Amino acid sequence: MLEYRAEIALWALSGVLPLIMLGVWSGSGAAAAAGLSPQQLSHYFLAAFVVRQFTVVWLIQVFEDDALQGRLSPFLLQPLSPLWRYLAAHFSEQASRIPFVAVMLLVVGLAAPGLLWLPSAGNLLLGILAIVAAFLLRFLLQVLVTTLCFWSERAAALDRLLMIPYLFLSGLVAPLDTFPPAVRRLALATPFPWMVDFPARLLAGEPVNVALGFGAIAAWCLLLLPIGHWLWRAGLRRYSAMGA
Amino acid sequence: MREFARYWRSLRCFWGTSLAAELEYPLNAWIELLSVLGNLAGSVFVLQLLFGGGPQLGGWSWSGALVVLGLYTLLDGFTTCVLQPNLSRIVNHVQTGTLDYVLLKPIDSQFWLSARTVSPWGLPGILAGFGLIAWALLNRGPGAPSGLPAAGPVLLSLALLFAALVILYSLWFVLAALSIWFVKVWNATEVLRYTLVAGRYPVSAYPPALRLLFTFVLPVAFLTTVPAEALLGRGSAIWALGSLLAAGLCLVASRLLWRYAQRFYTSASS
Repeated sequence: MLEYRAEIALWALSGVLPLIMLGVWSGSGAAAAAGLSPQQLSHYFLAAFVVRQFTVVWLIQVFEDDALQGRLSPFLLQPLSPLWRYLAAHFSEQASRIPFVAVMLLVVGLAAPGLLWLPSAGNLLLGILAIVAAFLLRFLLQVLVTTLCFWSERAAALDRLLMIPYLFLSGLVAPLDTFPPAVRRLALATPFPWMVDFPARLLAGEPVNVALGFGAIAAWCLLLLPIGHWLWRAGLRRYSAMGA
Repeated sequence: MREFARYWRSLRCFWGTSLAAELEYPLNAWIELLSVLGNLAGSVFVLQLLFGGGPQLGGWSWSGALVVLGLYTLLDGFTTCVLQPNLSRIVNHVQTGTLDYVLLKPIDSQFWLSARTVSPWGLPGILAGFGLIAWALLNRGPGAPSGLPAAGPVLLSLALLFAALVILYSLWFVLAALSIWFVKVWNATEVLRYTLVAGRYPVSAYPPALRLLFTFVLPVAFLTTVPAEALLGRGSAIWALGSLLAAGLCLVASRLLWRYAQRFYTSASS
């Protein structure tokens, strides 16, 4: 992974969306109207930025490419499911991203010294755990869509659809506190807020129900795991290598 | 003149074949339509949240902000139509060495790389953008001049929109051309997409430091805010000139960078 430093840096840059949104939100009175102080707002979005950096999943794109180019067939001959290979690749790239994120946080800190803060040790530990859990949930959700590659050659288009609720309901572009109550309840019933909002609030030191958050992630994982497993088996039976 | 006719013929041939290939996937049309509508609904929802604190966002009214959002949707559709399918492919050409064949063709390589294919799946975005702009202009609320603007502002905003397209193209091309040095910037084009999301909101909604960044470093301001102001009848000569100048500079810069980059290209196999 370290062979492609330029790409990793660019990817890290592509996660600046929460920082851009912080700019818009701090310029509007809406956050104050929802009861968020400027400091809470900046902590929340900065935490969301970190969470987003380490929960990015690009399984569908890689898998679709491998399936179409025929690289998948030799992987399938190996005794371990190729999904483990992709999972390992994701983990190694997330790890290689740590220095880039640190540099970006440093730049933010230099530009606006008041923005950085150090979460308490407990929150930091729980936050990191929540990031890992959120990453696993996102990975699992993408496995579901990825298996559709076996039926459709263009599953990446479906990923774009999945991106929409993720973008707007996860708390990436707006803190969930600013949602109207009905929309907020609806969002919390989906897996998306647990992927960004929950870890970000932990890191930002907001009051958060830790047990409920981890419970929700675990419940969604338990729900998706058998479906993903079943789809993967069914897809493999259907799979015939490209060109065969 | 004959040169121009040759390029025109090539372009028609390129686009005819790529359209025929894309239409093999009719399901994509529905997915694309759904994703445009979903994105639009989400963006309007977030905009509404942002307006929760008062009737203004950075000095922009609700309908003015909708015009900005409409222009963003339109440019995003253009990106899906022309920029994404062509320019994300440059990286593949560099990785597999097929750029050799492109450079050998008796046609300008930048033209070939930028116009080789076209995807119809950006059309819903372009139409939705125009629709949102028209709707916002017709419903400008009490106290504002309602109805479509006069011919002058429309012509000016069309010129500025053209400048915006040129700027957008140049940004994408420059980023894609960087693959000559960095080889694997396949995803770099995605980066640009996520950064340009800033164009969903008027530039004056950002803090001063970001405003400077979005005007002079990453010209997001010229993409949506400046044409929107012209359309709302608030266009100023300085911004219009600045926009056209920025477009010219970006285009020349992309051209010079491509010339320069070719000197560093060593084929993948040699």
